[in-house]
Amino acid sequence: MNEIYMDHAATTPVRQEVVEAMLPFFGSEYGNPSSVYGWGRRSRQALDQARDKVSELIGAEASEIIFTSGGSEGANLAIKGVAWAYQTKGKHIVSSAVEHHAVLDSVLWLKKQGFEVTIVPVDEEGMVSPAEVEKALRPDTILVSIMHANNEVGTIQPIKEIAEVVRGHGAFFHTDAVQTAGVLDINVAELGVDLLSLSAHKLYGPKGVGALYVRKGVRLDPLIHGGAQERRRRAGTENVAGIVGLAKALELAHLDRDEENARLVKLRDRLLEGLQQIPHTKINGSLVHRLPNNVNVCFQYIEGESMLLNLDLRGIAASSGSACTSGSLDPSHVLLAMGLTHEIAHGSLRLTLGRDNNEADIDFVLQEIPVIVERLREMSPLYQR
Amino acid sequence: MYSDKVMDHFTNPRNVGEISDANGIGEVGNARCGDIMKLWIKVEDDVITDIKFKTFGCGAAIATSSVITEMAIGKTIDEAEQITNKQVAEELHGLPSVKMHCSNLAAEALVAAIEDYRKNVAANSAS
Ligand SMILES: Cc1ncc(COP(=O)(O)O)c(C=O)c1O
Ligand code: FES
Repeated sequence: MNEIYMDHAATTPVRQEVVEAMLPFFGSEYGNPSSVYGWGRRSRQALDQARDKVSELIGAEASEIIFTSGGSEGANLAIKGVAWAYQTKGKHIVSSAVEHHAVLDSVLWLKKQGFEVTIVPVDEEGMVSPAEVEKALRPDTILVSIMHANNEVGTIQPIKEIAEVVRGHGAFFHTDAVQTAGVLDINVAELGVDLLSLSAHKLYGPKGVGALYVRKGVRLDPLIHGGAQERRRRAGTENVAGIVGLAKALELAHLDRDEENARLVKLRDRLLEGLQQIPHTKINGSLVHRLPNNVNVCFQYIEGESMLLNLDLRGIAASSGSACTSGSLDPSHVLLAMGLTHEIAHGSLRLTLGRDNNEADIDFVLQEIPVIVERLREMSPLYQR
Repeated sequence: MYSDKVMDHFTNPRNVGEISDANGIGEVGNARCGDIMKLWIKVEDDVITDIKFKTFGCGAAIATSSVITEMAIGKTIDEAEQITNKQVAEELHGLPSVKMHCSNLAAEALVAAIEDYRKNVAANSAS
């Protein structure tokens, strides 16, 4: 059976060039970057080059990059690290209702530690308004964390405007750019952010590696104590191969970003248009401020997991925000924050496109989905023809 | 994550639909995940002679609905009422632990349909 992968927001395949760039560091170049001899020096050099490249691509200085184990660690380090370092200055943190759990749960954990938290709401498109952020700010606010683009519905937040508001109040601003790195411009000066986290496996790099940008002058308490790596902000022998892979993947993404985005937008819109032909279908998220690869719809009267199983039987890999797929049995907090009912959120389907998808894939999916939806609706006690 | 038997019942669910002259209907919702199951039964001489279902729910919910219709048909209502969610799960060669609650839905819907039947019988004999 032909398999079609349409879950690129979950993870992406590692590009061949990236694999090749990484391979030497699993083989002959196994030195510890902290060692003084040749092996160590060569690993150190690879690490330095990767740091230079990543910092250059996001408009930062090399010393402002901390390599991490991925997006989750980046968010945890940014949020807990700043909160701990500045808790004498204030104990109030602001975030949004649609953040990834890496951010949301970090913030909620701090709340248990005695910090105060304000979660700003979103509109029906999942958008955070700078005015709402401004309303939430207090004299003791030390940190604001708002994601660049949402991983479920693809809504792109007005980060520049929010950053301006936050800067005016003297708080620090972190953005989770895991879904936008390699896709949108994440120049940190342009965006006006103090901290930014990204993850390699969402941009055709390896899993388990990422980077956190921390603007010079922003203090941070480490999560991991030990050696002096990463300027004492993240102990542990560096994941040299992974970091080399991250830098290579980000570099490659930047080479043809505009062409690839234009191609994806065309495919995305073809898919959205086709799905809209199915009755009782709702498109989630903004149609204007939307990631080029994101399609998120709700089919009324059916449940997401049974949709996914049917798609899988047809070789199509996708995801859902349904309660039944979440493990926690609550539907997606993102869809609920956008005002969808439990019942509608149940029927959500996310298809996220990538470099390996083409027009034929879209047409195949558009041929299969209406049949599956119809079949499940026939089985649904909520559906009246 | 699902057994072959679950996938078999999910892909080819038995007894989907409604019974127009059903004499017992049970509808239950799952408080934990929001899923809904509706079951129609036709009872003659205390025996379930026909049974159909409609389910709004996950793969496990659809499979348990389907398999419980097979387990219940031909049984007396007293026997059918005794079917537990554990038996439903066993009949499907097990369910992932996060999906065990889905089998409650099927067992509860059957009990609700039988109770509805009994109520209907009582109402008819009273009039
Ligand atoms: C928006 C967002 N933030 C954070 C993460 C976590 O990244 P990672 O899987 O690298 O820990 C993800 C992906 O799962 C994500 O989509
Ligand atoms: S019925 Fe919802 S998780 Fe199974």
